[in-house]
Amino acid sequence: MSLTLLWTDGLIWGLIAALAAWGRIVSRSVQVRRQWMQVFESKVAMVSAIVLLFYVLLALLDSIHFTQQEAGQGLQSVLDALLAHLATVQERTYSAPFALTEYNRTLQTLEDGTVAMLYQPLQHINPAASMLWESGKALLAGLLIFTLATAVHLLWRSRVNDVSFVAQARAVWQGRTQLPWKTAYLTVLLLLLAMSWLYQLSFSYHVLGTDKVGGDVLYESLKSIRTGVLIGVLTTLVMLPVALLLGIAAGLFKGWVDDVIQYLYTTLNSIPGVLLIAAAVLVMQVMIGNHPEWFSSTEERADMRLLFLVLILGMTSWTGLCRLLRAETLKISQIEFVTAARAFGVSRFTIIGRHILPNVMHIVLIAVVLDFSGLVLAEAVLSYVGVGVDPTMHSWGNMINQARLEMAREPMVWWSLFAAFIFMFCLVLAANLFSDRVQRVLDPRSQTS
Amino acid sequence: MQVIPQVLQVENLQIQVGETPLLKGISFEVRKGEIFALVGESGSGKSLTSLAIMRLLPEALRISGGRINLHEQSLLTLTEQQMQAVRGKQVAMIFQEPMTSLNPVMKVGDQVAEVLRVHLRLSSKAARAKVVALFEEVGIPDAANRYDWYPHQLSGGQKQRVMIAMALACEPELLIADEPTTALDVTIQAQVLQLLKQIREQRGLSILFITHDMGVVHEMADRVAVMRQGEIVEQADKAHFFSHPQHPYTQKLLADAVPERRYRQIEETAALLEVNDLKVHFPIKKGLFQRTVGYVKAVDGVTLEIPRGQTLALVGESGSGKSTIGQAILKLVNATGGKVSYRADGVEVDLTRLNEKQMRPLRRKVQVIFQDPFSALNPRMTIGEIIREGMTSLKVGPKDRAGQDGRIEELLMQVGLLPEHKYRYPHEFSGGQRQRIGIARALAVEPELIICDEPTSALDVSVRAQVLALLESLQQQYQMSYLFITHDLSIIPAIAHRVAVMQKGRIVEQGAVEAIMRRPQHPYTQQLLASAPQLVRDALAG
Amino acid sequence: MLAYIIRRLLFAVPILIGVNLITFALFFMVNTPEDMARAQLGAKQTTPEMIAAWKADHGYDKPLFFNGEAPGLSKISDTLFVEESLKLFVFDFGQSDSGRQISADIYERMWPSLQIALPTFVIALVTNIALALLIVLFRGSVLDTASMMVAVAIMSVSGLFYIIAGQLLFSKIWHWVPISGYEGGWDGLKFVVLPVVIGVFAGLGSGVRWYRSLFLEEINKDYVRTARAKGLSEIKVLFGHVLQNGLLPILTGVVVVIPTLFMGSLIMESFFGIPGLGSYTIDAINAQDFAIVKAMVFLGSVLYIVGLILTDISYTYFDPRVRLQ
Repeated sequence: MSLTLLWTDGLIWGLIAALAAWGRIVSRSVQVRRQWMQVFESKVAMVSAIVLLFYVLLALLDSIHFTQQEAGQGLQSVLDALLAHLATVQERTYSAPFALTEYNRTLQTLEDGTVAMLYQPLQHINPAASMLWESGKALLAGLLIFTLATAVHLLWRSRVNDVSFVAQARAVWQGRTQLPWKTAYLTVLLLLLAMSWLYQLSFSYHVLGTDKVGGDVLYESLKSIRTGVLIGVLTTLVMLPVALLLGIAAGLFKGWVDDVIQYLYTTLNSIPGVLLIAAAVLVMQVMIGNHPEWFSSTEERADMRLLFLVLILGMTSWTGLCRLLRAETLKISQIEFVTAARAFGVSRFTIIGRHILPNVMHIVLIAVVLDFSGLVLAEAVLSYVGVGVDPTMHSWGNMINQARLEMAREPMVWWSLFAAFIFMFCLVLAANLFSDRVQRVLDPRSQTS
Repeated sequence: MQVIPQVLQVENLQIQVGETPLLKGISFEVRKGEIFALVGESGSGKSLTSLAIMRLLPEALRISGGRINLHEQSLLTLTEQQMQAVRGKQVAMIFQEPMTSLNPVMKVGDQVAEVLRVHLRLSSKAARAKVVALFEEVGIPDAANRYDWYPHQLSGGQKQRVMIAMALACEPELLIADEPTTALDVTIQAQVLQLLKQIREQRGLSILFITHDMGVVHEMADRVAVMRQGEIVEQADKAHFFSHPQHPYTQKLLADAVPERRYRQIEETAALLEVNDLKVHFPIKKGLFQRTVGYVKAVDGVTLEIPRGQTLALVGESGSGKSTIGQAILKLVNATGGKVSYRADGVEVDLTRLNEKQMRPLRRKVQVIFQDPFSALNPRMTIGEIIREGMTSLKVGPKDRAGQDGRIEELLMQVGLLPEHKYRYPHEFSGGQRQRIGIARALAVEPELIICDEPTSALDVSVRAQVLALLESLQQQYQMSYLFITHDLSIIPAIAHRVAVMQKGRIVEQGAVEAIMRRPQHPYTQQLLASAPQLVRDALAG
Repeated sequence: MLAYIIRRLLFAVPILIGVNLITFALFFMVNTPEDMARAQLGAKQTTPEMIAAWKADHGYDKPLFFNGEAPGLSKISDTLFVEESLKLFVFDFGQSDSGRQISADIYERMWPSLQIALPTFVIALVTNIALALLIVLFRGSVLDTASMMVAVAIMSVSGLFYIIAGQLLFSKIWHWVPISGYEGGWDGLKFVVLPVVIGVFAGLGSGVRWYRSLFLEEINKDYVRTARAKGLSEIKVLFGHVLQNGLLPILTGVVVVIPTLFMGSLIMESFFGIPGLGSYTIDAINAQDFAIVKAMVFLGSVLYIVGLILTDISYTYFDPRVRLQ
């Protein structure tokens, strides 16, 4: 067994490390800390952040890959290992959530030689399991994990606040803490219970049913998280440096630099986004198709395609932020504290670092959080159009794409679509609610209204 | 004694935001045909009072007690719909910022006609005729044509006249004027004040006049009330008010309003900075290929000199180019022509010929203080970092951090702040304190010349007096020179040795302060002095 | 004014050249004609001769930027880049892989696209602004908070779900309208209703939120206070003053879209079987028909640039401050 680092794995972990480092540096400033406290003071923001964190954790679990030579299973992630009982098995075809048999009757020869249309029993379930007993076990396990986690957190908070453990617990319970920890604990509890229940029952049933080729829908939905989160996060990583560099340069240096940068983003902007992405992805498909020797496995190929998609999305989405940054930089560079810095002979680059960057950071943050949900939604549309991620890759877009014909079947096969809908909706809603709060706190304009 | 009927009666008015009281129960009355002035510094609650009368307070604020009566009618018990019939009809209001108070995409005539149509249900033709008549009354030239103009085509003074016309349209009994001339130049201010007085005479209108400017009060008011921190501290007839102020706060306010006149003896010292025929032109680009079709001559051939250890006041109205001169000396804008010679260590250097690198050693000699204390400090830096910036950039003072910290504390104390303030952020300070921080920042690099660009015009008079005193004492201690750019004539005798008067990019007259103030030669200087309120005029030359 | 328009038109030229360079780079440099030929002919058993024949067949047999063999100036002009660019600039898009004239196809498919996109656009604009104004009128109340929550929820659902759910409810279960299809003229109305309703609804959340924030920003300005001080009712303040000023930023976002309405919506058209440019593009993408995709990219850019110019012109019309400069 050896660790294998896919390109996107490396990037996402690198990004996490960079974020952590940035968080440490920025949190030294009293002002920034106060602002973030203000963000999390809202219960809605706290709940959304925990949901987001939960998705990101699953995505990260799915981003540690290793190869198991002896088993011959090829590339696996930690999440795959946890869900091995779902990943490795396949039913024959559709089955409804918690069903014991297949969804449609099939022709079968009975023992007495007659042929009949029967619901064939599913292979990989445990019909003997008691739903109640299993649920009880699962909820208990969830509660246990929750109690442990809460205790650790309470202990840490009581240390920080220098009060006794009991006093801290009482403060949380009575809602007297500055941040709404009670709400946070409740969210974590609900999430843990739901997940442990789903997990425990997934050993005995197909909790969310199976798809056309008999794959477990819960497994697919969980695997799709990585794709969604990665597209939302990594695109930002690609887009951000370009937007920052060009936006600030245009706003500060003006003149021909400004002209060139404006020309660049007007040109890029003028090509309809979907079409540019489609064109680029098509070209890339042909390229990959012509060079099968570049990739040693389908996972690697799918991963490279994801990376390409992220790059392309990044190249098409920096223009909006760039324009905002240019305008804001223009405005800030006219303010007197920048003039004062120039009167002190402070160099242009120091002015950018010390006076402009900190004062445009709120725009960057708002844009990043706002873009995230848009990108998750865009993945679905692009995959539907056929220019999204690799068709072999698990993604909500691919799930919807396959599922849309199932709605026309009689009787209707609804669970794939339902699963994709719920998983996407929770993530996007959380992201939107969180970005709302971030915007309200950080945007000086929204504070007046 | 004849009893003059009251128009407006405010009784024990209280306003809160959350649980914090902003107005702590004020009472006053406005009588028929009088101008009642409500004076106070920023935050005293005078504008809140006016908005409360109109019931236009921001949503977060709440009237928590008291009564407002217009004649016998209580305004606070009216429904919103009934109140709409009062606004613009019985009580009208004009605001401080004529630039932003008019709808930018609507013809000015239509904006006035709107009041007539709403309250008097006039037809658009009748309304138009009435508007033109009103425009003529408030002195807008070519009134029939101006009807179709948009706000951005009018000057500030004309916009304020449109606002006045709008307020007068339905012949209200009470006009609330909230700092109506604060944003205007002194010559325009004189005209608008004259207009308001004349309208009062003609129409028997009552005016509630809200201002911070004692000179304007002296000019306009029949009776005066002074507000401080949500309370009225003194109320009196104008004559009595100015001759025998009772409350210590009022006395101080009056004393600070017109800084003490102190014409200085001018010793002949060597010039530190000489500006010769300086020109700063900005190109105007037009047409298909953005060719330069002309120039805005912001500064057009200015010659002046600043002697070592003395202050030259540069006075002019907005757009006269006075700030551009300061920026050209600092090389923040490029001079189109002329010379700026600076005598550094016995050698004369022409600043206009230096590039940024050659300029660096001179940057520590010439520093700047800005007008707006709120935008002059980076909100994301601590006070310590702000003051340190110049020291590290220009390599002045101690090189090590601890040494710099010591120097920063020393500077903060010197400008009247506390050493521990260096850990704080700008938003924690008041306007006056920020201005002191700005001064400390400039002092940190031990300059020989400070360009003070309207450093006191955003400050209250009491704070203004303190900042002027600080600048004065620093000058005596370090023999610094100041180029003091201002539009405020009243402070010139308190701060300057010499004065130069600017108009349209040129200096029309310069010389010793006393000579210019007492015997102005140029018509523009004469006009400027004549436009100043009586109070200021007396103090300048009296 | 005329000089202004001409200047804007001249600005469009370098942008179009830029667009052309980007598409050319994508379609001919990253992905050389050889690659295309190989992809089209099947990677396995292609001979150099077959590739050459395919290239000659499609007119791709010239050098990209520099033709060393050609004499004089045509060293540059007799190249793929110049030839392809010139063709695009006169809207000659050539033939698709299936041998049809792309220009003719586009002309024919433009109208069905417009039939869906235009009503969606107009109805959405009016609904969004009206709802936003209503919410602003009740700002700070429960209605405001509740509708903002609904708006966020609407925003958080992928448009694909709205289409699927809409088709399921209105066509499959309730049988109100046909599930998909297209017909010209008024008879086609029954096919138009559902996509338009879904299109409007899907954009409701983000639209109302955006307009609301625009109006809220206006409502704290000084001139609004003046309008209130005149004794205008809140409705008159909103519709007479706030809306008028709020329209200016709305123009920027809205006018630029109008010309691109011709392009249709990829998703809508493919779900509802509308023979417009959107489904044309999707089919081309699925068939990997480069000629069509290239044509659509260029057309989209041209329409967008037209939109930009229209925006500028509309500003000179609606904003008196711009008009007289």
